[in-house]
Amino acid sequence: MANAISEPGKAPASLLGQAIKEAVFTGLLTFGLFLLYIGFKTDQDISNALIIYGRPGLLAIFVGIAAVGRFLMVLFVHPWAKARKDARAEVPVHDIEKSPSLFHKHFLKIALVALLLYPPVIVSIYGFQGSLKFVDNFGIQILIYVMLAWGLNIVVGLAGLLDLGYVAFYAVGAYSYALLSSHFGLSFWLLLPISGILAAFWGMILGFPVLRLRGDYLAIVTLAFGEIIRLVLINWTDVTQGTFGVSSIPKATLFGIPFDASPGGFAKMFGLPMSSAYYKIFLFYLILALCMVTAYVTIRLRRMPIGRAWEALREDEIACRSLGINTVTTKLTAFSIGAMFGGFAGSFFAARQGFVSPESFVFMESAVILAIVVLGGMGSLTGIAVAAIVMTGGTELLREMEFLKHIFGPDFTPELYRMLIFGLAMVIVMILKPRGFVGSREPSAFLKEKKAVSGSFTKEGHG
Amino acid sequence: MASVDTSMTSKDTILKVEHLSMRFGGLMAINDFSFEAKRGEITALIGPNGAGKTTVFNCITGFYKPTMGMISLHQKSGKEYLLERLPDFMITREAKVARTFQNIRLFSGLTVLENLLVAQHNKLMKASGYTILGLLGSPLYKREAKKAIETAAHWLERADLIDRADDPAGDLPYGAQRRLEIARAMCTGPELLCLDEPAAGLNPKESLALNTLLRSIRDEGTSLLLIEHDMSVVMEISDHVVVLEYGQKISDGTPDHVKNDPKVIAAYLGVDDEEVTEVIAEVESLDGGAKA
Amino acid sequence: MDYFIQQLVNGLTLGSIYGLIAIGYTMVYGIIGMINFAHGDIFMLGGFAALIVFLLLTTLFAGVPVALALLVMLIVAMLMTSLWNWAIERVAYRPLRGSFRLAPLITAIGMSIVLSNFIQVAQGPRNKPIPPMITDVYHFGEVTIQLKQIVIIIVTAVLLTLFWYIVNKTPLGRAQRATEQDRKMAALLGVDVDRTISITFVMGAALAAVAGTMYLMYYGVAAFNDGFIPGVKAFTAAVLGGIGSLPGAVLGGLLIGLIESLWSAYFTIAYKDVATFGLLAFVLIFKPTGILGRPEVEKV
Repeated sequence: MANAISEPGKAPASLLGQAIKEAVFTGLLTFGLFLLYIGFKTDQDISNALIIYGRPGLLAIFVGIAAVGRFLMVLFVHPWAKARKDARAEVPVHDIEKSPSLFHKHFLKIALVALLLYPPVIVSIYGFQGSLKFVDNFGIQILIYVMLAWGLNIVVGLAGLLDLGYVAFYAVGAYSYALLSSHFGLSFWLLLPISGILAAFWGMILGFPVLRLRGDYLAIVTLAFGEIIRLVLINWTDVTQGTFGVSSIPKATLFGIPFDASPGGFAKMFGLPMSSAYYKIFLFYLILALCMVTAYVTIRLRRMPIGRAWEALREDEIACRSLGINTVTTKLTAFSIGAMFGGFAGSFFAARQGFVSPESFVFMESAVILAIVVLGGMGSLTGIAVAAIVMTGGTELLREMEFLKHIFGPDFTPELYRMLIFGLAMVIVMILKPRGFVGSREPSAFLKEKKAVSGSFTKEGHG
Repeated sequence: MASVDTSMTSKDTILKVEHLSMRFGGLMAINDFSFEAKRGEITALIGPNGAGKTTVFNCITGFYKPTMGMISLHQKSGKEYLLERLPDFMITREAKVARTFQNIRLFSGLTVLENLLVAQHNKLMKASGYTILGLLGSPLYKREAKKAIETAAHWLERADLIDRADDPAGDLPYGAQRRLEIARAMCTGPELLCLDEPAAGLNPKESLALNTLLRSIRDEGTSLLLIEHDMSVVMEISDHVVVLEYGQKISDGTPDHVKNDPKVIAAYLGVDDEEVTEVIAEVESLDGGAKA
Repeated sequence: MDYFIQQLVNGLTLGSIYGLIAIGYTMVYGIIGMINFAHGDIFMLGGFAALIVFLLLTTLFAGVPVALALLVMLIVAMLMTSLWNWAIERVAYRPLRGSFRLAPLITAIGMSIVLSNFIQVAQGPRNKPIPPMITDVYHFGEVTIQLKQIVIIIVTAVLLTLFWYIVNKTPLGRAQRATEQDRKMAALLGVDVDRTISITFVMGAALAAVAGTMYLMYYGVAAFNDGFIPGVKAFTAAVLGGIGSLPGAVLGGLLIGLIESLWSAYFTIAYKDVATFGLLAFVLIFKPTGILGRPEVEKV
């Protein structure tokens, strides 16, 4: 009893002491870490020689923020988080596992309707010209990543094969469309499936020799293949025009109706004023449709024997072999179907940009796509879509934050901080939710009732 | 030489292992080992720790390629397979040999039912027209998928797991996981079922239920080959026992014959010297494992 | 023949740098089974630390001897990257230890993005050229060997010997090897696993800083995105040599350095990286665990 009374009185004092101690330590650490990089700045002078000058004020601000932040963390945030955790632990389990709300159940349908209505709503608010930015940067850009991440999800999330070179298949798709349409004048609708098939074919060729490698060896070889394809695109100038890229790639058409100013063009045909917004809106619906196809095929495949074999492969490859499953062909199908969706996305990308260059297919793209898959929760389409929206949408949003200039002065370019914040977000989300936004998996079949499988049981594959 | 009880060569043979040898670097894990398993019988492979039982299993099921020797499987239909020449997955798919593992290998993130559906992969693959017809919603696949769930439900009943069908396999208690692994192996439709220490870690009640399950599997026409440490299980249910020590066969015959074989008694109870060498052998095999 | 020897020397120099970075990859992988993608950027941080120290020295104490400057640059860079890698491990990797395998990989990729963009924001996106520090060259017939190449090869050799001694002959090295074999058992036997892992990160970072300083001295330029290509090459070297194997990392680094310079000399410089990655794929297909990696026996 005496203990119980003295505890609350004693705790804050020691907590305060601890907070001060940790704040001082954090301050010192921050000082050490940033002393050279923030405390000094290197610049070129007029004669192009490097000069150096100190920035003690900025360094002090960094140290101050870190120390005060840590102090507040220890004193307020940690006890609060602990209290919340304890409170949660006391709630009976069945309350948490209540049946999903109406919104949750129909999440995909609601999201689809929202996306279908997105362009008209935006146009009605901002007009055709004003809608461009929203439809293109926030719509198409995000949906491309959603599609790529869903495609990679088949390889990484379902089959558990770590692929660090996925962007290679995106490149194969993009260049297939770019080259075949500019040289042979083939139409988008013919080249879309061809690009997918070519990418899948490359997936097989690259996959066949390397799929018997395990885990991290597979990861580095896929990374190597990704780089090889990019380097070939750079250096095989006769065909790809190297770093200059392929430009003036024909646009996609609405079943033969081009989006241009010609008499047969979309605007003239429907008696509308000329605007580039039509093409963007058309592209938006096109990529939305492609995403839906990817999602539909993934959902169906998961209920097919091949999809179950992929997931079984992720869980235990040896057990798979003991059940008579040919793991090589199973891996190959995952690899090439994933590659195929990458190829579709690539040809769409080429048609949208009208220009492709090796610049767009660097390793960082593969890393970002993989990050979206893992941040979303491997295997979960909803989680991955959310991750794509948060990560790409969030960084796109940063481009828009002109008002920050008023706070940090006219030299401040939010653009510069885009990737820095992206990287930080990756680290923080992983630390807080190592299994991603949606950690549980939905079973592909059930006998009596469908229960989500908690993420603590699923494995992440070794190949 | 091993003493062989010749009274039991009448029934037809399902598995014949001849002059099997397996070498890991300088270590001869299995040395010129031969035995036969009869159709419709439970054959037990026993021996002290480190005798090479699991290695024999891995050779039979294709996870290791033997250094020497021949392993032939004779199916009911008369088809014959040389297992040492088949890749592991073909041994299950074509030769119809299924296995379980000493340290259980379930798909822990899949549900119990899904585990059993994965085991019916090859059948369902064909029915789904290698996925293409299935994607198009072919009625044949739907029918087969339904049948597969029925087969799974049948084995879940048999293994007393039907109530846990929709739970993740990793959530089951140990004994249930062992039973699930057996049910999963049976879903591949095997002619020979190889069990690696199925009773390990089971309590007496579970052990008893396991005996009943294994006998009923045998009586329905699947032959069994099992590795077991628990002598009560071995003596209770096996029709035929093969004893392995240091990679060599030391006895072969009915449980009664083996039980009274002085060599077996020596191997199990051991004289002091042998105990020492056994410990050394064990340590060595552990070392080897750690290095691997 | 002279031309060949010339390329051999160039390749060995480059290979030494790759080898030094590769050790960081291989040690971290060996001890916690994680691909530390940010390691290439730690190398870049090392280069920048050396650059800033060099500028401070030349501005504040004009005419400081080159050898002394180099020594100070090395030491400060090693301290700096050690501190960074220690902090990164503590904040970003340790909470994820023992969790889901891909989580630390993604965190490391995130860290790599953070580090390179941090330097871009803090020090500006442009290349930072410094005047050449060591210009002496020696001629042996047609072969020209630069003093800085000799410095790089000697520094690498000395550090590797020291490093080999630490890992093989000291209690610290024993703790590292024990943790590598079986973390739980090592902890039960009284090895401070957290500390051992921290020290591994610190050692890897210090070697990366040496590589960063050498790189700066050799090429005379630093840039915020310098971490990626050498990082990937060094990682390739670690895998090629057999990830987890220290001699393998050095061997892999030297091999890649040699291939790059020989391929550029005799074929076409454009495809030198293709040759490197091609060799990696080729070796792994025939020897799936790298040249000196232990063959993986499948435990059934």
